[in-house]
Parts: sequence; structure tokens; C-alpha cells
Amino acid sequence: MATDRIELRIKRQDGPDAPPRWEEFSIPQRPKMNVISALMEVRRHPITADGRMTTPPVWDANCLEEVCGACTMIINGKVRQACSALIDQLVQPIVLEPMTKFPLVRDLVVDRQQMFDALKRVHAWIPIDGTYNLGPGPRVDPNVQQAAYSLARCMTCGCCLEVCPQITPLSKFIGAAAISQVRLFNMHPTGKMHARERLEALMGEGGIADCGNAQNCVHACPKEIPLTESIAAVGRQTTAYALKRLLGA
Amino acid sequence: MGVQPKTIVVGGGLAGLMTVIKIAEAGIACQLFSAVPVKRSHSVCAQGGINASVNTKGEGDSPQIHFYETVKGGDFLANQPLAKGMCEAAPGIVYLLDRMGVPFNRTPEGLLDFRGFGGTLYSRTAFAGATTGQQLLYALDEQVRRFEAEGLVEKFEYWEFLSVLKDEEGICRGIVAQNLRTMEIQAFPADAVCLATGGNGLIFGKSTLSMVCTGSAASAVYQQGAIYGNGEFIQVHPTAIPGEDKLRLMSESARAEGGRVWVPKDGKPWYFLEEKYPKYKNLVPRDIATREIYYVCRALKLGVDGKDMVYLDVSHIPAETLDRKLGGILEIYQKFVGEDPRKLPMKVFPGVHYSMGGLWIDYEADSNGNVVAGSPRNHQTNLPGLFAAGEVDYEYHGANRLGANSLLSCFYGGMLAGPAMVNYATGLERSCGAVPASVFEAERQRQEEACSRILTLSGTENPFVIHKELGEIMTDNVTVVRSNEKLQATDDAILAFMDRWKRIDINDAAKWANQAVSFTRQLWNMLEVARIITLGALRRDESRGAHYKPDFPGRNDAQWLKSTLATWTPSGPEFTYGPVDTRFLKPEARKY
Repeated sequence: MATDRIELRIKRQDGPDAPPRWEEFSIPQRPKMNVISALMEVRRHPITADGRMTTPPVWDANCLEEVCGACTMIINGKVRQACSALIDQLVQPIVLEPMTKFPLVRDLVVDRQQMFDALKRVHAWIPIDGTYNLGPGPRVDPNVQQAAYSLARCMTCGCCLEVCPQITPLSKFIGAAAISQVRLFNMHPTGKMHARERLEALMGEGGIADCGNAQNCVHACPKEIPLTESIAAVGRQTTAYALKRLLGA
Repeated sequence: MGVQPKTIVVGGGLAGLMTVIKIAEAGIACQLFSAVPVKRSHSVCAQGGINASVNTKGEGDSPQIHFYETVKGGDFLANQPLAKGMCEAAPGIVYLLDRMGVPFNRTPEGLLDFRGFGGTLYSRTAFAGATTGQQLLYALDEQVRRFEAEGLVEKFEYWEFLSVLKDEEGICRGIVAQNLRTMEIQAFPADAVCLATGGNGLIFGKSTLSMVCTGSAASAVYQQGAIYGNGEFIQVHPTAIPGEDKLRLMSESARAEGGRVWVPKDGKPWYFLEEKYPKYKNLVPRDIATREIYYVCRALKLGVDGKDMVYLDVSHIPAETLDRKLGGILEIYQKFVGEDPRKLPMKVFPGVHYSMGGLWIDYEADSNGNVVAGSPRNHQTNLPGLFAAGEVDYEYHGANRLGANSLLSCFYGGMLAGPAMVNYATGLERSCGAVPASVFEAERQRQEEACSRILTLSGTENPFVIHKELGEIMTDNVTVVRSNEKLQATDDAILAFMDRWKRIDINDAAKWANQAVSFTRQLWNMLEVARIITLGALRRDESRGAHYKPDFPGRNDAQWLKSTLATWTPSGPEFTYGPVDTRFLKPEARKY
């Protein structure tokens, strides 16, 4: 779509308790712009399409290479990173909204702390003895490494939670990202030794049993992480572990 | 000291997290401050890998060779005991990361795989696809989360560092920080503080760095008396994708895996790096490759389509190899440019990438030149009690950093800074708790007032516009090719920006999540450091590493084998020059 201007509609909200409002902007288009560079242009000229001076819109961003996850928002109805949303691939007016499954901070910024808390809850780490020089780590089959790497690219962006019907203000479902991390750490030769701590964390309220199998997560993941495979694999692990626990093994 | 010491680390990238881990491992509590959730720190952008001379390929590599190549790569400006210590520690560091679960690429035998990189002919670089920095950061983030769960680490994310607290004797006793949501400004007393706040690429407007890399924290402590070293040495990476919002890095690993740089000449590809450097070919150090690309595009006017652009070509490499070893960066190119680099050569141009300079730090070496482990002098700035680690410090890389040495210096820096802070803090006679609260309140008040002044700026200037203009002139005049005339003009322009800064219209009075206030404060701090970079370059009449002046084309060891040391004064940086510790390797001609 080769227009010489970009029409933006941004959902603004001054704070969690303030009423939302819409503001429209019309800015000049240059080649190869993305949503972030459009927002930067607005920030340099914070004037709405009807000529009103306004405050610079507030948004989260850091790496702008789709590896940090910060600039996730809803663009034309789809949750994704604003940095990799190229203007000439988007229908105009381009509509920007904050994610809806997390507490709103201001404008396009939300608070995703619950995702980091979830990583704590499932013990998403390898419990090493210490940072002393203890020699090389365990040998790893290159195929296992490739599988682990594909899971390890999760940047905690929240796309999978945003599209999940099981994530609601009333539910406590932990979401696909943390479940997939359990699979990652349970796959590692050292991590495996502590698999049951992670499985137990997923067996309580809001755990893996709350997955409704809508499979939206895997389609929304910008890093193409096989989230539904992870949920299935961890589901099998929890079943096996529960059975073992029942039999007192 | 009777009570448990208090420590603070500012910055949650690799260096900050490693510092925290070392402190927590000693059983000491640590508060970790970061302007972003630490998992989103700039370290995620590092792509190619981390150097360690493990010599698994029968090439005869050793830490000694790594050390030599690091010092030569840095054009002999690095203090050698620290660089040597880093290279010797490297194999152990990579093994540690491996134990933490970093999914490093493997050989068929299941061992760590290593690849080549710039400035070396050895396979020395361990890697996890082409998102190594992300994978390393996640591994440390996970270890820190474990300490957080145990109660040893307390995170303050979305808090911005404003200044250090200094007691009556000028000793650093904590920090003042602002909550970026509530905008509350608070004093946090501590016995030892470490800044691990990264680089300052945003001074150049567009760079390969993340949005948080304004260098604001380093600038703030420089304005409080910390010495800033070698500021003029800015690395411009040879291969980045130009963008409207930033320059996206195309890792050196693309060339390490066989990628070739060329431009069309007389209807045929001209592999100018291979022709001029038959030994190192496309893997000459970054400063050299960047200058060659500039020469081809600007002097010979042979850039692709007559533009500032050369080809970086991996299309001859099998797609399976590319996906396994470079997948992450090829995905970036495809997503942001819309072309498949497996089929078409990528179009790239140099972009600002790394600051070799930064806060001056000390170290203690024994009579053999080995760094004394645990010495409180290690990584301590000239402000007692304030430490620095990672890109924010001026050590390790001299006048030019070798690829895949930055992740390494972050780890090694953290491994030295953590124990140094613990030993410094436990050795204090008077703890921060014994300092009168009025001392802390005075500094907090000063920051509160500075913030209020910004909130009431009601002129006509837009801070984001000033920033854009600053970036343009810095990129034009203070990067690859420098002249005294243009450097002087740039400093004049920075002074004019400082004047315009006072006439900013803040245009957002909100007392909640106000990004304009935070950015405006950081803009001033960027301007202060822009002067260090520009004036440091103006004074250094020679060419060394990344600093190149055609009017002074040679390296001049007699006059300039010195560290640049900038001290803040109200009228601008005051420069002195310190010796460089070259006890192991005598400077020699730098040829590739």
C-alpha cells in the first residue's frame, strides 16, 4: 500500500483507572518504516490528525529486533511485536491497542510481571552447585540441543497468554509459556534430576489441567515455539509422575 | 563490620546479573535495579558468540594467543593484566554457562562446537544459534531468579538510576532511583554499588543498541566525580541493516560461517576484503572492515546502486547449515527487510555498535601481573564504594573490541566485581546504616527538584527532535572518519543542543509512567557524554583502532599510548592522560 502518509489510531489511557480514549494521527511515510518508527514520529510531533497538541504516547520497547519481547501490543487486532510490524504490510488506519490480559499501566504499556512470577513458581532454572570452575557440562546430543534451543527462544512476550481463552480475570491458569519452559528444563541432563519440583508446581490450581486445548497459543507465538507439543509432553510427564506418586514409587 | 553488608547492582544485563550471582553466592543480599525487566536487557541483542580458547579443533589455540589477539585487536590500548585474566578465565566461563543449561551448538560427539570470528584464525567462539546473547542472558536470569526465590536478591524493575549517594567523605553509600510508574524518587542506602548499565549507542541516534542504552547512568556518576576513560573509542560494526528506528546488527558470525562481502565492479562481484586481506579475508577486525566499506562506498563510490550499501552474501551456503548456525539473524533480515538471505545477498552498511570507553576502573595485579582475585580494588571506580562492570567500564578492549569478546568481558567483569564488592563492603569500618539520614535525604531532594524542573519545562523545543539531531551530527562527524574541524563543529553543536534543552516543552505533566520526563533527563546526560566522546577525539591527534583521523593516519605511541581520562567540570570535560599497562606485550605494528 504505497500511500505517502500513515494513518494511526491509538488507544490512549492515562492510567489503570482512567477512561480509555482514541487518538488519530497522520504522519508522513518513509520507506521501510515499522510501527515503532511511526510511534517515534508521533513522539517528535505529538499533534493529532485534527491538529490538537497531545502528550507523547507511551509504549514499551527495547531491542527492536524481536528478541526482547518488550514492544508487544495489539496491532490491527492481532497481538505481535511492534518492531517487526512493517507499515507497508499493514492495512490502514493502523490500530494500536494495549494487550488485554495484563494490568494496564498507561497507553500501550501493560504489566507482565505475572509471567516472570510463573517462571519462579515452576523453578525454571538449572540448579547448579555454584559458579566455581567445575569443568565442562554434560555432553548433549546435537538433536536434543536443537530441540532445547527452539524452546529456549521464548522471550516472555505474552502473545500466547493474550490469545488463550483460559486466561481470564477469574482464572489462575499459568499459560503456555511457563509450561513450555518446564519441558525445556526437564529435558536438560541436570534439569531432569529436579523434574518433579516443576511438575508438582504444574499440578495444582491454575496448572496444566486448566489448558482447554484451544491451540491459539502456538499460532500466536512469534518465535514459532511448538507450544502445543510442549503442553502435551508436560501433560504426559505430570500424568506419569502422578501415577508414580500414587503408587508410592 | 558487624551487620550484614548491603549491596546494590544497577543494570540487569549479563555483567549486572553475573555480579549479582557472585554476591548472592557469598551469602550477601543484593538489590538489583533495572529500567526494564532484566530479561529484556540489551544483552539479548548479542548474536555471534562468546570467545574461549578451548582448542577442541586441534588448531593449537590457547588463552595466550587469545590474549595476544585481543590486545593487538585493541591496538595496544588495553591494560594487559585484566585482558590476560579474562582470556585465561574464558574456558572456565564457557563451561560454567554450559552447566547452567545454555543450549550451545554441539559437535556430532556432543561436545561444545566453536566457530571462527573477527581478528582471529582460530575456532574460538562458542555459540547458541545466532542468538547467543539472548541465551546467555536467560541462563543468568534463571540463576538470579533462583536466588530471588531464596530471598537473597530483591529486584526493582522499571526503576531508573538517578545518582549515587555520597557521604561527607565522598564515599558512595547507595543510590537514588525513580520508579518509572509511580514516578516516586527514593534513596537506597548501600555499602557497595555496581553500575552495569551498558553502552551509550543512543548518543548516535540510531545504532545497533537497544532503546535503553543511553549511557545515562554512567553520565550521572561522571557528573558526580567518577572519571570517564577512553570515551572517544566507539566501535562501528561493519554489517548492520539500516532502519528508520534503529540499525539492526548482522552478526560477524555470518562471515565466520563463510559469508562474503562484495560490491559489483565492472559487472562482476568484487570481494574487496578478500582481495586486500588474503589471510584474514572477511574476518579482519571490525574497525578495519568498517573503514574499507566506507572507502569503497564513499571514496570509490562503488556502493550497491550507488548508495551507502554493500552486499553480505551467504546465499552459497547450504540452507540447512544456515538455519542451524545463523537462523536467528537470517530471520531478523527476512522479517525486517522482506527478502530471503538464503537466496539473495543481504544489503548492509556499518552502524554504531559498542563503546570501548566508559567509567574508569581500577584493578590489583601481583608482581607477575596476575589479577588478585577478590581484591576490593578490582572494578572499583575512583569514587570509593562505586564499582562498574560490562560495557559501561572502559577496560579490556583498548581502542577496538574483537567480536565475541564483549559477552566474555561482561562475565569476567561480573566475576571480579561481585567478590570485590563483598570484600570492600565487609571491610568497611562504618556501614551505610551509620551515615546520617540527612545525607541521603539531601541527595534525594536534589533529584526530586531536578525532576520537578523537568516537569515544568515549558519552552518550544521537543526532546525527541533534539535527540534526533544530536544523533545525526554525531554519526556524521564522530564515527568512522574524523577531522578536527568537524569535531570542533560538533562540540559547538552539542553546546547549542544543551542550550535548546533548557527551552524544552515537556508537554506531559503526568505524575504516572511519564516517559517524556525520563527521556529528557537522559537526553541531558547523553549531551554530557557526547562532549567527552567528541572532545576526546578532537584532542587525540593520531589514528588507533576505531579512532581514525586521515590528517593523522599513523598510530603515535610516543605521544598517545595513553588512556584518556575525562573529569566533569561545570564548563565541560577536563582531560588528563594515564599510562597503559603494557607489561606483557610490547606494542608492535598492527597488520592483518
